[in-house]
Amino acid sequence: MLDADFFRRWMAATAASVEREADHLTELDSAIGDADHGSNLQRGFTAVTAAVGKDAPATPGAVLTLAGRQLISTVGGASGPLYGTLLRRTGKALGEEAEVTPDQFAQAFAAGVAAVGQLGGAQAGDKTMLDALLPAAQALGSSFEGAANAARAGAEATVPLQARKGRASYLGERSIGHQDPGATSAALLVEALARTAADGGGA
Amino acid sequence: MKMLINVPETVVADALRGMAAAHPELTVDVDNRIVVRRDAPVAGKVGLVSGGGSGHEPLHAGFVGPGMLSAACPGEVFTSPVPDQMVRAAAAVDSGAGVLFVVKNYTGDLLNFAMAAELAEDEGVQVAQVVVDDDVAVSDSTFTAGRRGTGATLFVEKIAGAAADEGAPLERVTALARQVNGASRSFGVALSAVTTPAKGSPTFDLPPGELELGIGIHGEPGRERRSMMTSGEIADFAVNAVLEDLRPTGPVLALVNGMGATPLLELYGFNAEVQRVLSERGVPVARTLVGNYVTSLDMAGCSVTLCQVDEELLRLWDAPVRTAALRWGC
Repeated sequence: MLDADFFRRWMAATAASVEREADHLTELDSAIGDADHGSNLQRGFTAVTAAVGKDAPATPGAVLTLAGRQLISTVGGASGPLYGTLLRRTGKALGEEAEVTPDQFAQAFAAGVAAVGQLGGAQAGDKTMLDALLPAAQALGSSFEGAANAARAGAEATVPLQARKGRASYLGERSIGHQDPGATSAALLVEALARTAADGGGA
Repeated sequence: MKMLINVPETVVADALRGMAAAHPELTVDVDNRIVVRRDAPVAGKVGLVSGGGSGHEPLHAGFVGPGMLSAACPGEVFTSPVPDQMVRAAAAVDSGAGVLFVVKNYTGDLLNFAMAAELAEDEGVQVAQVVVDDDVAVSDSTFTAGRRGTGATLFVEKIAGAAADEGAPLERVTALARQVNGASRSFGVALSAVTTPAKGSPTFDLPPGELELGIGIHGEPGRERRSMMTSGEIADFAVNAVLEDLRPTGPVLALVNGMGATPLLELYGFNAEVQRVLSERGVPVARTLVGNYVTSLDMAGCSVTLCQVDEELLRLWDAPVRTAALRWGC
């Protein structure tokens, strides 16, 4: 079973990952975007960690909805609403249970990913964060480790794609050959999830 | 890269503090990142709120004041503001006549303004929205996020702002804003890449002998790279790209806009070439504005925006305006 503490640790692990990889994300973003993806997410997840620590939400759903709201209020750009929606909708789908099964979480996460697709109007293959999130959501039913691998593979598979959404889409064919920064940060989020589960509490 | 900054994290807040000191006629809320005209809310007047990433100064905060915007929400550099800012701004300027959000067509701006509209309406503010998408360098919206909003933002904010100040109702102000956007097209050229404070080095590599055609205002590379051209050749390319799409049948407003690091000496020279091309193509120019208005930090280069105007749009363009960056007739 997964409790609120598990989700707090997931958010902390994501914040640490984003902090460590901020320069890399920004570097990827400077190739096909505007060179701020790393610093924007860093600002957001720093706020998430602070809020989750201060308010100490008692349920998995409350942790994720609070985290999502923080991202919407602090990140800006497209990543703020999209990541914010992912976590908020996942949290809402978890309801008010004190503990959830990995299966319940997998279903909620899939609902969150679907909400991201709806908000951004993107599909698989558009070279966006969905290219990591969709395979991750599918694999999450089996294992956290599988989800992390699927997300990483999905992010790497964005390299040969031509962007059709977001700022990278303005480059047309020149976006080909670069890994999508949004898919890369989405993979970090799912990898942090798998690490949190591996570190205990995710059985 | 040398910049006149303390640390990248406080660039926007520092600029707002400096703006507040220079412009006591504005209310600048540095913590919440909102710039509001001092006399807001003005009884019976539609509020005009815009915003977007910082780094495009004087857009948008420089256009706050009588005759133009009621409030502006600056985001982080090249990053859309967050909904909280827009909701606060809407509440600050709403007199009960409603608020128009002027939104440039970028995914981040669209999403955050959409969320803000929902929240503001929950608080009882009537909200309408116009999306500015004038950049002809982006053509096929099936394979892109759609045309970027660039120079036409200034035309929309000025003309809709004048109508709002005359007391036009929200539907009318919104319709005029949409009319201006529909009648406007832009094309931009970069001679150098932009350096953002967060990154500290140019966002793309542009060799000395080359230029980028069809750039946006966020330091993103353009659609095509060529060997450096003369001012006249660039004007031919940019104006023809705009005219091919706009096909004006009457007089136009012309904006010759600097991207931040191109001196007025060059911009005025470039304007001479723009006027030559327009004259050769038989397009009468009603008014011309030359300067740095919709910029991209330290990018060198320029953009051309044309807006076909009728008598009413021209009258609203000429109406008095009193803002930090645009000021006439008063």
